[in-house]
Amino acid sequence: MSFFDKLKNKLPLLSPGGAKEKPAGRGILLFEHTGEVIRAEKALKAAGFDVAVKAPPPALRTGCDLVIEFPLLMEPAVREVLLVRKLVPMRVCPLSDDLLEPVSLFQHKDYGAWLMVRAANMKITVDKASRRIVNVSGGGCPDVPYLASLLMGKSLDEAQIPLNKGQTLCGYALQLAFNEAKKSLL
Amino acid sequence: MSWLICGTLPDPGLEILYGQATVQLQAGSALRPDTGAQMENPRSTEPDDKAELRDVLWLRQADGQEIALPINRGTAALASAAALVCAELGAPAPYLLLAGDRGTGKGSRLVYDYLLRHAADFAGWGITFHYLLPDVEWHNKLLNAFDALEPRPTLCADAGFMYVAKMSGHAAKYDLFTPDAGELAFLADEKAPHPFYTRGFLLAEEEKAPELAARAYEHANTASTMLIKGRTDYIVQAGKALESIDYPMVPNLEPIGGTGDTVAGTASALLSAGYPMLRACRLAAQANRFMGQLAQPSPATQIAELLAQLPGALQLALQEPQ
Repeated sequence: MSFFDKLKNKLPLLSPGGAKEKPAGRGILLFEHTGEVIRAEKALKAAGFDVAVKAPPPALRTGCDLVIEFPLLMEPAVREVLLVRKLVPMRVCPLSDDLLEPVSLFQHKDYGAWLMVRAANMKITVDKASRRIVNVSGGGCPDVPYLASLLMGKSLDEAQIPLNKGQTLCGYALQLAFNEAKKSLL
Repeated sequence: MSWLICGTLPDPGLEILYGQATVQLQAGSALRPDTGAQMENPRSTEPDDKAELRDVLWLRQADGQEIALPINRGTAALASAAALVCAELGAPAPYLLLAGDRGTGKGSRLVYDYLLRHAADFAGWGITFHYLLPDVEWHNKLLNAFDALEPRPTLCADAGFMYVAKMSGHAAKYDLFTPDAGELAFLADEKAPHPFYTRGFLLAEEEKAPELAARAYEHANTASTMLIKGRTDYIVQAGKALESIDYPMVPNLEPIGGTGDTVAGTASALLSAGYPMLRACRLAAQANRFMGQLAQPSPATQIAELLAQLPGALQLALQEPQ
């Protein structure tokens, strides 16, 4: 059994009922680019870690930032998973205060044959019958026009997942709107 | 007043482009779309190619070379609206400063760097900042450079640059922000560094826009004038909604990518043509609505299909009583 597996066995991964540890038991991973955060979150979640993306503490904010909150005791195992994917955090710090959570409320607008879903500043509009994405609007970060061009005209089932190419918080918000649209049109 | 629009296009190979903008919606030259194929990527072109293209934004560089840029959404939509409105008003065409960026920030940094090196050239200009990766350090350097100019440029921000302007704590130094409902909630949240972190209790229904605007002013997190885009558009100064525009009502505009950008572009062009701030904002909001009314879009319509109606829509807005 590797060190990584031993650690996973010792610590609860996903807390039952979504209860989180106190901030004292949590740490944050900081990366140079938001795109790295998005890839790291995906890798760590796939490996079963209880991680969440959050806003950096005020003193560490530079602009379009995300950090990954993770169980601090798992740091070596987390680094191991990231290293395999050539992801090296700039800094790892213990978390002393609660961090701001990403938006979790969605707004739906029914346009008859179409449904629009908004998450934060991103909107995605889908043809209900064909599940085809007919418009993407909102956002302000430079990956939005690119992600929109990848999504336009595709069905929710065949479209590339926005986070696969997203680099920014707007890309992340678009992913949330995409997920919500899929859920709403099951 | 000369006007500069700064932003990015989703083409990572695109280095800095700077020049004046004109729009070609119909193949050949006219402002009405036909059924030709839409261009996907920017490219330089020979004059003979022009006849084949439609829905393109032409950028003429200092060396005379013209670059054709596709009009879809984002900065291209904003710049197209500005160029169309300037042409309709007989004002000089706006200048564009663009670089390729798909979210890594590389192109945004090229734009920031160009602006910093050439800041003195823009004394007395108007500048609209748009799809740029938020970066507080670069933002603050630029703002310091523009603050030092005499006359100071008129500064407008939308999209990513509006986010970083708020996050920097210097939003009040801007002349105009053009948020939509989600962005207004972000401006009203004194803790959120990006719309992605807006706290839930602020993500209210649009009817609460005046309250949210007042909250944004209370914490100095917005520009001296705010044109809020929504079911009802509001023009706000010093925390007070001075005007509201709710007709014609075209609900199908909201889902169409680029319809907020065209408001910001139209307002920029009107300011460039010398209209005072409140009048420019009212006309921009009204013209965008008339554009929708004339085009009768569905939620699946694309922005280039709407732009052909913008010159006529502007004329309708100008005929409205003040």
